[in-house]
Amino acid sequence: MTGTRLLRYLVRRLLQAIPVILGVTVLCFLMLQLAPGDMAEVLAGESGGASPGYIEELRARYGLDQPVLVQLGVYIKNVLALDLGFSFRHNANVTELLLERMLPTLLLMGSTLLLSVGLGALSGLFAAIWVHTWKDHLISLTAIVAYATPLFWVGLMLILVFSVWLDWFPTSGMENVVMFYEGWDRVVDIAHHLVLPAITLALFYMALYARLMRATMLEQRGLDYVTTARAKGLTERQINFRHVLRNALLPVVTVAGVQVGALLGGSVVVESVFAWPGLGQLAFEALFSRDYNLLLGIFFLSACLVVVVNLITDLIYVLLDPRIAMGS
Amino acid sequence: MSTFWQRFLGNPRVLLGLAWLALVLVIAVFAPLLAPNDPFEIVTDPFLRPFGEYLFGTDSLGRSMWAGLAHGARTTLIIASVATLASVAFGTVLGALAGFFGGLIDDVLMRLTEFFQTIPSFIFAIVLVAILAPSATSLIVAIAVVSWPPIARVVRGEVLSVKSREFVQAAVLAGQADLAILFKQVLPNTLSPLIVTGSLLVATAILIESALSFLGLGAPNLMSWGFMVGAGRSFLRDAWWLVTIPGIAILLTVLSINLVGEGLNDALNPRLADL
Repeated sequence: MTGTRLLRYLVRRLLQAIPVILGVTVLCFLMLQLAPGDMAEVLAGESGGASPGYIEELRARYGLDQPVLVQLGVYIKNVLALDLGFSFRHNANVTELLLERMLPTLLLMGSTLLLSVGLGALSGLFAAIWVHTWKDHLISLTAIVAYATPLFWVGLMLILVFSVWLDWFPTSGMENVVMFYEGWDRVVDIAHHLVLPAITLALFYMALYARLMRATMLEQRGLDYVTTARAKGLTERQINFRHVLRNALLPVVTVAGVQVGALLGGSVVVESVFAWPGLGQLAFEALFSRDYNLLLGIFFLSACLVVVVNLITDLIYVLLDPRIAMGS
Repeated sequence: MSTFWQRFLGNPRVLLGLAWLALVLVIAVFAPLLAPNDPFEIVTDPFLRPFGEYLFGTDSLGRSMWAGLAHGARTTLIIASVATLASVAFGTVLGALAGFFGGLIDDVLMRLTEFFQTIPSFIFAIVLVAILAPSATSLIVAIAVVSWPPIARVVRGEVLSVKSREFVQAAVLAGQADLAILFKQVLPNTLSPLIVTGSLLVATAILIESALSFLGLGAPNLMSWGFMVGAGRSFLRDAWWLVTIPGIAILLTVLSINLVGEGLNDALNPRLADL
């Protein structure tokens, strides 16, 4: 695979993604028009009530008195120029606000992804190697329980055990702001705060990938190429780790890519439980303060994120399985 | 070859799941008899420990946890099952039309399905509930709107494989109308994967409902398990049972549904059961 082909493929995929992202943006824009109340009412309500004339004036100033389609047109035009508007609640530019809050969420999602794919695939692999023994049953049982546990409850239970009772980890937040840590100390502090939220979010997906991995490993081991490898005299260890593992990872990678959207939804809950200052919490605040510009911006960003992750998933796919031609 | 019921009921996991579900169902149906008080009514002192005078203790306002759990079972089960029925109905019609007619209809409907799968579903559900104003109906609508795409995909795939079979061709030759063939010949043969996917969907619906209620977006005036966890989280330090007990109820119910759903799958596809 040459560099130019890779580049051409990337550009084509990104171009294909534009209609999807715009579609999500338009749909969300129209949906939010149906929501009760607008920011003029909220602003007026917060300043302790205002005359109808003042509310009209506010609407005119923010362009809210225009027909919906005109507002939509203006919004889309701005989005294409990557200007996501102004958040009146935070008194800041939406793009800047999103960039600032994106890092904590990406940190949480990234570590969750590593943790869940890594540990999930590993436990699925070992469950398949030890199939029908007590170790397999133990792994499968743990997975099926973890698969059924509500996220928010896992978070609260982890806080109860590891923060309240054992006092190993902090209960909430992303860093200890009063300590003014810098450099390496700050990294350690953030990592310390990250442990419980990441485990909470990862547990469900770990279970999902473990079960998937176990099933595909068992399926792959019945195939002809395994028989061939065995006939060549390879050890079971070589077969499992060099041949079967690679093939069994493919479905896990696919599902992990598909699940990134869901991961974003899960991070709303986890961020609320652990007061993690990320996009999910921002979305939640925006919704309740009727800060629709900000909310739309978050939707736009999530759609972009999902598209980018799908692209990365496809690239990993090609690396894992050279038979899959790029762009076909 | 053993029969479906032998395979289904001979599975100890299924029996465990069915037993817990039956218990929850009985409690939900007879909640007004088993816990006559309104679950929002203050009955005694707050923060009574469980397994004393009140079976599961009392919450921060002195409301009986048992009454909350019993009435919460009603709310959770009703919302989850109605939402699942709605999404199964919608997804089936969409998937069936796409698979049966193919061509342009298939393209349009499948693009629509993919589109809905691109939007992060839980955030979408939150926004839907917020826009429709929190109530039991808007919870049902929100859960159904985010849950139908997998059903549509499963049904489409099944319809595609069934529609080329001989008995369908025979029906075409016999002069049956398109829709009659679809609903009388094709769809009944897609039932088994539909039942499995649908039953697992109830579990997802319960998880979404309780997460929404936990965030304070549940139906007001209706007690639910997620709401109880959300209400108890501020008192985690002093009253662990407020959060722990309703959470275990959700966990066991979702687990049981998954066990039964997978048991159904194994019993319907015995050749795949060993995987």
